[in-house]
Amino acid sequence: MSDRRDFMGMALGGFAGLGALGALYAAKRTWDPLPSVKAGGFTTLDLSNVPENTLVVEKWRGKPVLIIKVPKNAKPNSAPNGHNENAYDDKRLVTVGGHKYMIVIGLCTHLGCIPDYFPEKNKFICPCHGGQFNAAGEVLKAPPPSPLVIPPFKITGTKVVLGEEGPEYKKLLAAGVVS
Amino acid sequence: MAHFDPNAKPFSHKWLNERLGVDTLKRVLSTEYWIPKNINFLWAMGMVLAATFGVLLISGIFLLMYYVPTTKEAFDSVNYTIMSQVGYGWLWRHVHAVAASVVFLIIYIHMLTGIYYGSYKRGRELIWISGMLLFVAFSAEAFSGYMLPWGQMSYWAGMVITNLFSLGSLNLNGLVEWIRGDYVPGQAFLGRFFMLHVVLIPLFIIGLIVLHFGTLRLPHVNNQDGEEFDFEAEAEKWKAGKKKEAKVIPFNPVFLSKDVFVMGIYFIFFFYLVFYHFEFAMDPVNFDPANGLKTPPHIYPEWYFLWSYEILRPFSKNIGLIAFGFAQVIFFLLPFLDRSPNVAPANRRGIFKIWFWLLVVDMVGLTILGKLPPVGTWTIVGTVFADIFIALWIALPFVTKMEKPIGGK
Repeated sequence: MSDRRDFMGMALGGFAGLGALGALYAAKRTWDPLPSVKAGGFTTLDLSNVPENTLVVEKWRGKPVLIIKVPKNAKPNSAPNGHNENAYDDKRLVTVGGHKYMIVIGLCTHLGCIPDYFPEKNKFICPCHGGQFNAAGEVLKAPPPSPLVIPPFKITGTKVVLGEEGPEYKKLLAAGVVS
Repeated sequence: MAHFDPNAKPFSHKWLNERLGVDTLKRVLSTEYWIPKNINFLWAMGMVLAATFGVLLISGIFLLMYYVPTTKEAFDSVNYTIMSQVGYGWLWRHVHAVAASVVFLIIYIHMLTGIYYGSYKRGRELIWISGMLLFVAFSAEAFSGYMLPWGQMSYWAGMVITNLFSLGSLNLNGLVEWIRGDYVPGQAFLGRFFMLHVVLIPLFIIGLIVLHFGTLRLPHVNNQDGEEFDFEAEAEKWKAGKKKEAKVIPFNPVFLSKDVFVMGIYFIFFFYLVFYHFEFAMDPVNFDPANGLKTPPHIYPEWYFLWSYEILRPFSKNIGLIAFGFAQVIFFLLPFLDRSPNVAPANRRGIFKIWFWLLVVDMVGLTILGKLPPVGTWTIVGTVFADIFIALWIALPFVTKMEKPIGGK
């Protein structure tokens, strides 16, 4: 008798287990970003009117994108971790129409606050936990573990399309400058 | 053998007793649930917490009727509709906000009472663990609720806290985007945190409260001296009328009357805050609508999360995360890290007394530092306090191992 009872229990348990796995997968997919969210991921920027050494903030995928037309001398006034090189020579900068630009996602790589730019100091300071970056997005002071992230981009004339991977972006990718 | 008296009047005591066993229930859960006499007002915090949870539930139900969980309307539905259109809407909001803040004050008092008197040992381990699960559930409830007004602090706290799940250098950005349902906190994020706040987490909390009470029933509550006695024998004395000799009192009505007295004092304080000082629970930054392109100058959590936030903050990203994770789980292990057999108040446990007060001072210090901007000297002081917190917990097994047994055991 107990064999048949065990069988009923195991049969129900087995199917319930399968159902639970299916439901778990459905639950996971329900929490995924919607197709509309994923599709609306492209922004075109015209850089021809960007003033030098002034922070321009644009929006891409709901995130702030920070743009600076970097001046020839963009040496930070101080660098607690010793990296006080001129940001103008940084290979992370993007050349568009003969000028060098920093184009990064404006979220600190520590925990996602927006760093403030101080043009006279040529650096960013994060208001949340005190992290610092130079005008090319390189870290000058922890806690941020890595430079500000360069979004995928494609250059066409003086315009930049964010969200698309152009040859210049792939070059940076191959050089290991973006991750 | 069930016996049903056909002459019993419907819903009379006898009728109910035959169908529901109300007398047995009452005996087991209240009139013969024995509480030691040797306790003080700190033992009333459990019922104070239960009552505060009730207040949160009721005020929350009224807020729920007008709150709109969309990124476009949430802010106005709280700050305009509920605050200035709904009759007495302000009352529910201020009650809800003040109760959400004060409930953590009482939770911390309740926890520190348990640590001070060693109420997590000798059969009471599950009381401690279920209590810690409640602490985690209340934290999740507080965080998800904080998202709902969709102000600047809601948005940026949501951003910072969900970013923690990228787990530092593991860069699990896919996981973060999955939790948010978007690249940044948006409609999908607000919708799911609304669901968590009003349905799923409250269900967990109610279940955990039942479990917490259940874990208490067999080992009984501890007492001021950590004295171990035979509850059944003491209960017999009480029932035989030797109420002075018995070391116990019944939960209801004797102990409950003490609880009710403490609750009376507590609610005077509580409603004083609701009517005259509600602003402490309403951060001014959150009266600006959420803006993904502007970080507030200084992001900080509500006061009750400051100590663990400060453990995260002074370190580099990965070490900070590990320290933060450590702070979140270490309290769960307390019953197993304390190697001493003594169940006694900390002031009789030698070096543990110093450990306890250092922990209290360190956590108060971390709380104060968490509110200060992360610059200069404060970063260094913050690191020292965070290091002390970790060192205290690493030292606990050794400190308690060396402790001499009390009373020649």
